[in-house]
Amino acid sequence: MAITRLTMPGKRFVISVPFVWLILFFLFPFLILLYISFVDMGNDISPFKPIWDSSTGLLKLKYENYWSIFRSGDEGVLFQTIYIEAYVRSLWYALCTALLCLVIGYPFSYFIARAKPSVRPALLMMVMLPFWTSFLLRVYAWKGILADQGVINQVLMALGLIQEPLQMLYTDVSMLVGMTYVYLPFMVLPLYANLVKMDFRLLEAAHDLGASPFKAFWLVTVPLSKAGIIAGFMLVFIPSVGEFVIPSLLGGPENIMIGRVVWDEMFSSNNWPRATALAVVMIGLIVVPLAIYYHYTGDAPDAKA
Amino acid sequence: MKYFLSRHFGKLWIGLTYLFLYLPLFFMVVFSFNSTRQDAVFTGFSLRWYEALTRDTKIVDGFWLSIQVATFAGVASAVLATFAAFVLVRYRRFSGRTLFSGMVNAPLVMPEVVIGLSLLLLMVGVQNAFGWPQRGMLTIVLGHTLLGMAYGMVVIQSRLLEMDRAIEEAAMDLGAKPFQVFFLITMPNILQAIFAAYLLAFTLSFDDVVIAEFLSGPGVNTLPQVIFGYARRGINPTIYAAATLLIVSVTLVVVGYSVWVARQTRRREREIAAATRAELAALQAR
Repeated sequence: MAITRLTMPGKRFVISVPFVWLILFFLFPFLILLYISFVDMGNDISPFKPIWDSSTGLLKLKYENYWSIFRSGDEGVLFQTIYIEAYVRSLWYALCTALLCLVIGYPFSYFIARAKPSVRPALLMMVMLPFWTSFLLRVYAWKGILADQGVINQVLMALGLIQEPLQMLYTDVSMLVGMTYVYLPFMVLPLYANLVKMDFRLLEAAHDLGASPFKAFWLVTVPLSKAGIIAGFMLVFIPSVGEFVIPSLLGGPENIMIGRVVWDEMFSSNNWPRATALAVVMIGLIVVPLAIYYHYTGDAPDAKA
Repeated sequence: MKYFLSRHFGKLWIGLTYLFLYLPLFFMVVFSFNSTRQDAVFTGFSLRWYEALTRDTKIVDGFWLSIQVATFAGVASAVLATFAAFVLVRYRRFSGRTLFSGMVNAPLVMPEVVIGLSLLLLMVGVQNAFGWPQRGMLTIVLGHTLLGMAYGMVVIQSRLLEMDRAIEEAAMDLGAKPFQVFFLITMPNILQAIFAAYLLAFTLSFDDVVIAEFLSGPGVNTLPQVIFGYARRGINPTIYAAATLLIVSVTLVVVGYSVWVARQTRRREREIAAATRAELAALQAR
């Protein structure tokens, strides 16, 4: 067999190159992170204490870092800490972003998928083009657009629709506009890939059998595109939870998300064990929906478009 | 009448969504030519922000650093992604395959904050033990390669999966050694995907601010880091000028690349058609 020739030393080399690289730069750093989340905070010179208790020589795990996420002090009420607030807020923004992207992106992908085949690549490229230019710059631009003296307020006031400028920047409005804007292509691509494969004769059949356009859409199109909807939802939701840049630029002190909290614990409070514990819990928040997704589809979400 | 309405609803929806997607880009291009710092009223045409841009050493230095980081990270990502995709597609069974595929894919879902934080902890540990490396360009390249490799792998993997294995087997039957098969048969077949993976990794690196913020050292700032610093301080039309230049160059590259791909595809189709015709003619002649 020709195939067996490839199973000689060559195979071991080909596997080991990416394998060793990933162990060194992905698995190992992650284990360090996990380790630090279970130790005591140190001093200025060494930010954390070793896990070995030098007097007894025993391994001693500390759960205080995790405990302190859920409860402030010994008398504090459970789940009423700034960390829990930040987690809940992050999940809430991620959920709202995913829903907004779905509401805007579904009809958009649907109409692109039904456009003439000759114009579809150009329409899709127009979705991707802003995506290839700097994400940071596009978010920054919204700052100017949504500001109190910004374009939208100026236009609305010139039209006489409002007298006072609306406060949009540094609120939920600017957060959701920015996040929806950034993550919309992640929703559109899997939805398009799904909808473009759909047999639109099924809709004609539904029409011929007397279904109204809305009913046909709801009973035929939507169920058939379920896989695309779920994939798009996950692709938006998962990176949204850990968003760091958008709250920094478009959010106020009220809109802090968990990524920023991890950063502040690390660099402002210099509390490495707590920062790592927060990061571990954050991974948990992302792994759970992902595990549910795997369970139902047995496939990883990715935008194959 | 119903079809007429629904067709227009579709066009309207597509148009409004494109407006949403392109509004910030238009906004930055227009106000990069504004004569004052104002960014709600266009007070007059001027190139002063472009002039300010060329004199801004932070932005210029950041730009060159970003180009270097993105080039290195792009090449490293493309090479490692090729290895990883090849392993996942061709070696169905080896010990540690589950761990391997998990590790390759994990950076796709890992928050950038976590990637940055864990690599920072590694770097600090290594530096304490060996006194090297200083946080700077090298560490940023490492972080970006981790991300770029994961995305690049997805691109190359899908190309490898649809590739016809028969030609590889034919080459092997004709006596080609495995590395010859790879470099003479497999590589040319997936070259376009490898290049796409490189471009993707380059863009991710050129765009990233979070991992760079964690892994860069004092005085080493990539372009996104410089812009992030400015952006948090308030309105600065110099950034709009930088954005405009970036938008123009990205548009040229993307349009150029898709024209190139379209032409390649057409050429291949023409060649296949010509070969088929020649074969038919030969058959008829017989």
